Amino acid sequence: MNPILPQHLPEDPGLVALVVGVLVLLVLATVIGTILRRQVSSEAAVATVANLNARIRAWWVMVAVFLTLLLVGRDGTLVLFGILSFLALREFISLIPMRLADHRAMFWVFFVLTPLQYWSIHVAWYGLFIALIPVLALLVIPSRIVATGDGVDFLSRTANLQWALMVCVYCVSHAPAILMLQIPGFDGQNAKLLFYFVLLVQLSDVLQYVWGKLLGQRAISPTISPNKTWEGFWGGVLCTTGIGAALHWATPFSPGAAALIALATCFFGFLGGLTMSAIKRGFGVKDYGTLIEGHGGVLDRLDSVCFAAPIFFHITRYFYTVIPGL
Amino acid sequence: MKSPLMACLVRLATGVTARWVGCGPALCQRIYFANHTSHLDTLVLWAVLPTAVREHTRPIAARDYWGANAVRRCVAQSLFNAVLVDRKRICAHDHPVEHMVEALGTTNSIILFPEGERTPGPEVAPFKSGIWHLARQRPEMELVPVYLENLNQILPKGEFLPVPLLCRATFGQPIHLQPGEGKTDFLHRTRNALDQLRQT
Repeated sequence: MNPILPQHLPEDPGLVALVVGVLVLLVLATVIGTILRRQVSSEAAVATVANLNARIRAWWVMVAVFLTLLLVGRDGTLVLFGILSFLALREFISLIPMRLADHRAMFWVFFVLTPLQYWSIHVAWYGLFIALIPVLALLVIPSRIVATGDGVDFLSRTANLQWALMVCVYCVSHAPAILMLQIPGFDGQNAKLLFYFVLLVQLSDVLQYVWGKLLGQRAISPTISPNKTWEGFWGGVLCTTGIGAALHWATPFSPGAAALIALATCFFGFLGGLTMSAIKRGFGVKDYGTLIEGHGGVLDRLDSVCFAAPIFFHITRYFYTVIPGL
Repeated sequence: MKSPLMACLVRLATGVTARWVGCGPALCQRIYFANHTSHLDTLVLWAVLPTAVREHTRPIAARDYWGANAVRRCVAQSLFNAVLVDRKRICAHDHPVEHMVEALGTTNSIILFPEGERTPGPEVAPFKSGIWHLARQRPEMELVPVYLENLNQILPKGEFLPVPLLCRATFGQPIHLQPGEGKTDFLHRTRNALDQLRQT
């Protein structure tokens, strides 16, 4: 049932090249961060650089964790994304107003539906993977809540839980699901494609942040996310699209296709960030959590992955795999 | 060694964060009093204290729950060194307040839930008089209100399966018993201090 062998790093020179590239970038960022810390003097600049350095330190940890588990193989990666989904889910659900009657439904969400979603990737059962949360959970959650007899704000309570599950589990799980795609002529290299995807999304975030800090003038949506500017957006998206095209050798895509896919990934990643900010605004908080220093919570870091992963997954699946029955 | 490790596990599992609003963590003798909505309250408040403070802090726990079976008794006594008090049969020679004063000794702090039992929601219920008797016997003690948030969602009264939501402990400004302050006034004042933390 599982045709994809675990992909080990040393076997794939392309993956090694990507990893080395990322490590070089991190070393560079650390050096720049250190130089900046020595140069700045004004209070606002010191705070910005301190935040920047905290982010860079957090990046080292995140890259180390991601690489270790990618090395362990498919199951290591699945466990990592499963834990990320779980942490993001709890940050999300902790924000939404719940009633005591929702307790059992929440238990189903955390301990049955979330593990089941990742198990479906483990056994490469595409049908379950794609239908579990949008169909089964959509029926199970309201059924469990209606059984308690508490009908106050019924639709908004069920919708909140469903949304939490869709964004934090269903959408995020599309990233490791890249590992179960069977792409002709690309056998055993899916770990590289996942790495390519994560790299694009995170680079897009970082570059938008950097361009925004350097040139940012006009806010895209001052009411939702005052830090996101048009200059940052275009700088980040164009750079990432260029990098995505330049790294096409790590993917089954042609350079032109890689550019288009990178563009779509960045664009949806950006919309993901904006949407998650809007949700935070709605609840009157700035960050979802406190787990990663400088980054807020897990969900603050995953917001762009949530929207970009399904897009990247389905474009790749539709155009680059043989879909039975199509 | 096991206490920092367990505390770390509890913090990871409950995602609890401490907000020191009215005071900072300190080694002086204190009575932490908190709202009570869940069996996890004791564990969470104990775990969120810094290690050095935690080692000198003993929770006051109900014998009818924490002494009910061998596992709970073991957790209560060997892990967080709890003082088990009887809230059902209170008599003069075995009074809970006596045990609390004894537990305080000259170096310890204690954790107390003055509502006496778990409440179903985030509101703070009226206090039982134990905290007043305790404050009268040890008037020099700092009484620190601690508002525990969201624990009633994690493990509400009547449920046995916890869900892993995030929670928060907010530490307020220390209170002292004023000279000549009556029981009703003092219980009101302490309860209000805790209730105000809920709104910050």
